[in-house]
Amino acid sequence: MEKEFLEHGLSINRRKFLSRLSLGIGSAALGSLLIPDLFSGLAGESGADFIPGIPNFAPKAKRVIYLFQDGAPSQLESFDYKPKLREMMGQELPASVRGGQILTGMTAQQKSFPLAGSYYDFKQYGRSGAWVSDLFPHIGSIADDICIVKTIYTEAINHDPALTFFQTGAQQGNRPSMGSWVSYGLGSENKNLPAFTVLLSKGKGNGQGVYSKLWSNGFLDSIHQGVLFSSSENPVLYLNDPDGLNRQERRKMLDKLAELNDLSANQFHDPEIATKVQQYEMAYRMQTAVPDIMDVSREPDDIVKLYGPDCLVPGTYAANCLLARKLSENGVRFVQLYHQGWDQHSNLPMEMAGQAKDVDQASAALVTDLKQRGLLDETLVIWGGEFGRTNYSQGKLEKANYGRDHHPRCFSIWMAGGGITPGMVYGETDEFGYNIARDPVHVHDFHATVLNQLGIDHTKLTFKSLGRRYRLTDVAGNVIKGIIS
Amino acid sequence: MRLKELYALFFIAGFAVGIVSCHRSNEKSVAAEDIPDVVSYNFNIRPILSDKCFKCHGPDANKRKADLRLDLPEGAFAALKDEPSAHAVVPGDPEASELYRRITSVDSDQLMPTPTSHLKRLSAYEVTLIKKWIKQGARYEKHWAFIPPKLPTVPEVDDKAWPKNEIDYFVRFKQEQKGFEPNPEADKERLLKRLSFDLNGLPPDIRLMDKFLADNSPGAYEKVVDELIARPQYGEKMALHWLDIARYADSHGYQDDNYRTQWPWRDWVIHAYNENLPYKDFITWQLAGDQIPGHTQEQLLATGFNRNHKITEEGGVIDEEYRVAYVTDRTNTFGKALLGMTLECAHCHDHKYDPLSQKDYYQIFSFFNSVKEPGIQSTVGGPETYAKRPMMQISNDDVKGLLKFINKQDTGKLIVSVMGDSEVYRKTYILKRGNYDSHGAEVFPATPSAILKFDAKFPRNRLGLANWLFDDQNPLTARVYVNQLWEEFFGRGIVKTLGDFGMQGELPSNPALLDWLAVDFRTHGWNVKRLVKQIVMSATYRQSAVIDPEKLKNDPDNMLVARGPRNRLPAEFIRDMVLSSSGLLNKSIGGPSVNPYQPPGLWESTTSGRGQLASYRQVHGSNLYRRGMYTLIKRTSPPVEMAIFDASNRDQCEVQRLRTNTPLQALEMLNDPTMLESARVLAAKVLQENNSSQEKIAEAFRRIICRKPMAKEMTILNGYYAEQLNTIHPAEAGKLLHVGESPIPGNLDKITLAAMMKVIDTIYNLEEAITKT
Repeated sequence: MEKEFLEHGLSINRRKFLSRLSLGIGSAALGSLLIPDLFSGLAGESGADFIPGIPNFAPKAKRVIYLFQDGAPSQLESFDYKPKLREMMGQELPASVRGGQILTGMTAQQKSFPLAGSYYDFKQYGRSGAWVSDLFPHIGSIADDICIVKTIYTEAINHDPALTFFQTGAQQGNRPSMGSWVSYGLGSENKNLPAFTVLLSKGKGNGQGVYSKLWSNGFLDSIHQGVLFSSSENPVLYLNDPDGLNRQERRKMLDKLAELNDLSANQFHDPEIATKVQQYEMAYRMQTAVPDIMDVSREPDDIVKLYGPDCLVPGTYAANCLLARKLSENGVRFVQLYHQGWDQHSNLPMEMAGQAKDVDQASAALVTDLKQRGLLDETLVIWGGEFGRTNYSQGKLEKANYGRDHHPRCFSIWMAGGGITPGMVYGETDEFGYNIARDPVHVHDFHATVLNQLGIDHTKLTFKSLGRRYRLTDVAGNVIKGIIS
Repeated sequence: MRLKELYALFFIAGFAVGIVSCHRSNEKSVAAEDIPDVVSYNFNIRPILSDKCFKCHGPDANKRKADLRLDLPEGAFAALKDEPSAHAVVPGDPEASELYRRITSVDSDQLMPTPTSHLKRLSAYEVTLIKKWIKQGARYEKHWAFIPPKLPTVPEVDDKAWPKNEIDYFVRFKQEQKGFEPNPEADKERLLKRLSFDLNGLPPDIRLMDKFLADNSPGAYEKVVDELIARPQYGEKMALHWLDIARYADSHGYQDDNYRTQWPWRDWVIHAYNENLPYKDFITWQLAGDQIPGHTQEQLLATGFNRNHKITEEGGVIDEEYRVAYVTDRTNTFGKALLGMTLECAHCHDHKYDPLSQKDYYQIFSFFNSVKEPGIQSTVGGPETYAKRPMMQISNDDVKGLLKFINKQDTGKLIVSVMGDSEVYRKTYILKRGNYDSHGAEVFPATPSAILKFDAKFPRNRLGLANWLFDDQNPLTARVYVNQLWEEFFGRGIVKTLGDFGMQGELPSNPALLDWLAVDFRTHGWNVKRLVKQIVMSATYRQSAVIDPEKLKNDPDNMLVARGPRNRLPAEFIRDMVLSSSGLLNKSIGGPSVNPYQPPGLWESTTSGRGQLASYRQVHGSNLYRRGMYTLIKRTSPPVEMAIFDASNRDQCEVQRLRTNTPLQALEMLNDPTMLESARVLAAKVLQENNSSQEKIAEAFRRIICRKPMAKEMTILNGYYAEQLNTIHPAEAGKLLHVGESPIPGNLDKITLAAMMKVIDTIYNLEEAITKT
């Protein structure tokens, strides 16, 4: 709650705060250190270490990279091996297994629910012997570095609420995104970059879109909003100066601007004016820092080889994975990727192969790359979608062609680094891959665990808005002790 | 070096935190520094209990510990369940009161709040207040906001010369109590800028500035107020806030987020403000226009308000789940926008702080539950899906007749989603934990008795609900609206939490003023223009915005309004200011929303690929220069130009925007083509006049900043211009000018134009340019 007071002091009324510092432009020496750090949320150890109570205990992870597989990849063709489904191919899903699960409008009218085994074979990898499908050989090859959680479950069965739930802890509404909560809790480690950045890519599979509310700051100050980075010419909105204006000219203009704003500050004594000047300086620094980071041309060949040739093609998942490493390496707290196209209601075997090809190598490369740089210990990597898929076919079942509907009761994600036990498979589903047999992990539990790894007690990171103290985990959530090393 | 830096940061940040924590204890320096002679339950005690105790000992029966509730005197005075000889509160005897004993206990097992509650323990100041309150008899009061406002007597003030109308007596009275002096009146130029943005959302033009400056008659100010209120731009300005409240957008939301044509409803809002429709009718039509006997087309159109929420087009959804989501959205919007209550907290359980039960919630819900609508009507499709049943069709004859205010630009079919109930009343149940499929007990249309009982004379439908809102005894309706309006003008509500008049909301900084405004508004026919004029005519509003360091220290939040407002403009008006000052602004009102310049790829990278908004199709010509409120809002990817400056994403009802100051805003001001093009166009405009370069720069400055530049400012700008004339390379100039789609006059020298453009661009980037001064 201390954190909350600080935030109120800073963002809800910067003016109030600044007044206590008796800070005018005259005392710019103090201002230049202090203001950007605290008000842009773009900086420093200062933001984190001095907030009483946070971190609540020693953090394992300093940063998060979340590789969100948007649309919900099937667990049954990736990490949850169910030979039984092949054996019973085409037979009806027993009503006792379904147990009254509500179905989406897409299969609710279906007369039959024929079980569908994976078209793809599975192999065991690494010392852990984790089963991984042939669609994901690279991820299989790092099985000993990752922890596969086979028993995550959610409450939503449609994309929008399920995505929103995963990203904000609530199915509806303008709540802050995970990344915003982390930015709010810990600030950024880099003065020149935002604490929370977002990268988008799209596969050829059936897609469901993403929504900017997923990286929204909700009721937190907008400095905690996810900043969309793209590997286009303009990596951050409005970052590039117009053609015909070089850096020296921009500098000159900003100096004139500061001089003029100073006159106004002397007349009105409004501390907001000083803040404005500082934000222009921050913008100027970002103009140099961001392109430097976005430039992958200087990456050595072995790195390009590791991520695959697509990593040089802007806008691909592979390119975004490489960027994610660079952003994270440079102190961005929370890098959120979305790869769209995982909604295989039909034509699953073919579409999923394409999607897996997009992400398999680069996802594994990111973990390997962080590891070889000694960064994996302090970086939490997360891979997963918003729900799972049904064990029965949506539409007609053929051996090489079937579809799967949404399934909230169990699905698989994996995590690596940041104090998560490597080489582990957590939880078990029943032989039908329909229900959790042991060790369920609710979305709130997942959130609690991520915050825990960052040194934050999820019950203590709160923000009071319209009379209520909100948390990422709402009123629930338990840290999954079983996966923490 | 690194370490050194780190130490420096440690020191400074430690310092900062120290300051912040002092500031916390100082926060109430204005409101409640000393222990009052008579401790008030509402203003002194309840805020403490609500924040620290009600979580476990409040209205929520399910979370109540030890069967003790402190929000009601019966609960607090009763014998404790676990220890019948003791009582939480013994009026007159703090030492015998278990409450007092627990908050002061040194034993951590006894101390309240318990450490496991994560609630902070009470400060010494708070403990003293509680002690005194118990000693004085522990008198409970109904929550202030639930007591209907009575017209307070206008207080006497010593400073008889200052007040211009009643508002000023209330404001000055408080100031005098605290020993504050008001700021002098703002200079005419800044006052006009403030007024023009507050009444039209636009900067004053040169003609108006000259006229006002030259008019030294005593009625000059009032004349300009009347002129601005009478302009059609007044309706646009006033509508913007209402569009946030009404979560108005041009797409259906949810994953596919296809286009919808709800804009005729938006045109109606502008029209209603311009026609000065009384607030009572404005709301009644929106809530229940379809239920007014013999209603007009216009009254039906107004009900689009309750259909602005998101509507799914996702094929696989469970129908009832989404139908319930729509009713929930309406219920929550009703609570937040019209009652200033966080009704949504009672969606899943009894409200934890306010006397609103889950039953109360579903009773209000039931008013909105009979709409003839399914959860999903159609998936992404063509024009027939741009509105959802119930809907109305607007014909070309309509827009020539009664609905003249709709800016329909073609002869195509135009449909709008509106309200309409089924012939059969749909039964409403309490939804357990808010789940659409967990029915509890059946409930019937009614309103929370803690606010005001639903009078049996009202019909039990939405029209009756509107009657209830505007009943003379309703304690909230008028207060909530005048407070929203006050915030528009002063940047801070009299109740700071616009959407929460409940116990966790902030207390009014000037309760008598709020009540006077509310009662005056109600008893004068809910006349919005009259209220607006009252506010801007006050001496309080006309004060200069200079921030005296002493006042900043003692009243940082400006609760005493001893200085004028100085706030950054809302996102839409920043755009409007830029376009208007450059002369690019297209002043047409209403019509379909438009897609001006936007950085490429934003819609494409987020879309599901379906629907007409899958890719961004930018408009051309004069439609590029419409006011900010007409930029098309696609909910899943709202216009970034606006979002960066804290515009609402229109996902849900929003009564209060944040007002932040970020580096992304600086980047937008520097590099958005709209800004750069405006600088270029304005440069060309001033260069074509037959006068000196100083006069040209001064004119541009005036158009943007709305005052004449000071000598020092002119020196800097002139110097910059002269230098640029000498240093810009022709090739660079060509590139720089190549922005935006409006033509460049052929008769101008490129270097001169580029130099002037850079000077003007600098002026656009001044903090004062986007600030109400």
